[in-house]
Amino acid sequence: MTETHSTSRATEPVASGIPDGGPPVGEPRPGPFPWLTAELRGSWMETRTAKTLLLSVPGWTGHDPGQHVDIKLTAEDGYAAQRSYSIASASAQGWLQLTVETVSNGEVSPYLVETMDPGDKLQLRGPLGGWFRWTERLTEPALLVGGGSGIVPLMAMLRQRIQSGVATPFHLIYMARTPDHLFYANELYTLMQSHAGVTIDQLYSRSGLPDDSRPPGRLNLDDLPTPTAEPSAVAPRVYVCGPTGFVENAARLLQARGHQSDTIRTERFGPSGG
Amino acid sequence: MSVISRGFGSKRAAADPRIPPGQYRTEDFPVLSAGPTPHLDTAVWALDITAVDGTRHTLSWQQLMELPDEELTVDIHCVTKWSKLGTHWRGVPVTALLDAAQFDTQDTHYALVHSYGGYSTNFPLEDLLDDKAWVVFEYDGKPLAPHHGGPARLLVPHLYLWKSAKWINGIELRPDDRLGFWESLGYHAYGDPWQEQRYVGD
Repeated sequence: MTETHSTSRATEPVASGIPDGGPPVGEPRPGPFPWLTAELRGSWMETRTAKTLLLSVPGWTGHDPGQHVDIKLTAEDGYAAQRSYSIASASAQGWLQLTVETVSNGEVSPYLVETMDPGDKLQLRGPLGGWFRWTERLTEPALLVGGGSGIVPLMAMLRQRIQSGVATPFHLIYMARTPDHLFYANELYTLMQSHAGVTIDQLYSRSGLPDDSRPPGRLNLDDLPTPTAEPSAVAPRVYVCGPTGFVENAARLLQARGHQSDTIRTERFGPSGG
Repeated sequence: MSVISRGFGSKRAAADPRIPPGQYRTEDFPVLSAGPTPHLDTAVWALDITAVDGTRHTLSWQQLMELPDEELTVDIHCVTKWSKLGTHWRGVPVTALLDAAQFDTQDTHYALVHSYGGYSTNFPLEDLLDDKAWVVFEYDGKPLAPHHGGPARLLVPHLYLWKSAKWINGIELRPDDRLGFWESLGYHAYGDPWQEQRYVGD
């Protein structure tokens, strides 16, 4: 990789998947993104500290999975705070789901997870993020590697794949700390049993289940497929999401496994500030 | 016109005039990027400065190290809402790089900055001159780590941090503006945090 890029020059086309300026071929520049009003319709806990919110958003025309929204909360006295959250649901008109992990001492996530009731409102804008996204028009296999709450945008991709009915091979590798930390546990289990073309590897980093064949631990080379492992032998488009340490490690291992850097898209959730 | 979120606001950050609108202060240094971190060897590192007429001046790492550098302490603001105050860097002002290239900047109104891996971001040229932009290679007194853009990145503190291109490898001077990577994907062409110019239309 260093050999290739050490000889690249600013005015020559760069041999990578990232466009050399300009939007992805055939697509106009997205935007603008006006603030829309969203109302909480329902919510449920995914784990003891993470909640999925179902939001009704008049004027919302859908998104590509992988994208996120910016939300804004305004207090009675005009004080406001904004944060970004990946969209958890497949594309739909007029509604979307977010899954929010509570950050202790945070300003926004405790409000969303602990205070907000059905009927309460917030503002949101989007969909944002034109790079980390998947659509059913993409034909190559997808390899999704998620750590912790990084599963959220990847789950949106998986849900979109199911909703659209395409047969694109999907391989999800989901690393959670323990079974108690799993988001979407029932849905993932059902998908694992019921959908040809969808492979789900559930890994644990700290402690797992009694009959797991893989002992709990950090992601390693053996956990990852080579680029030609998919049935079609076509190199997959890779999406990696999670805390920065997880993403750095996963991206390094994926490249060691033979995946080209320009096939790997990353979304990092730094400590979000709550 | 704001929509009030019932019950919000009991936990709030103290008001701070150094924090632009919509931002919150972090003591951490989050990492965000579109793809994997490149690992670059300074022995083969190069920075290409290209003039409007296509003339190219290439700086090696050794040549970068020979230019006058300075320490700077600045506040940085990421479009993902975090701001980090009082960050310490060492680098070479972009003005000094352009002087070393000895280009006539008369027809140059814009610059498109390039990174190893294909990333790019655009500027009016004046936003890279004087005390506004550096190519930095040290953070907090230590060599800049790869995941933060090392060995060298652009630093333009008065704009959102996506403009501070990590792993810089080129400055393309231009008579016209050309949108870079995030700008083409819906982010604001200029990106002033004090005007909250995050996305197209803001």
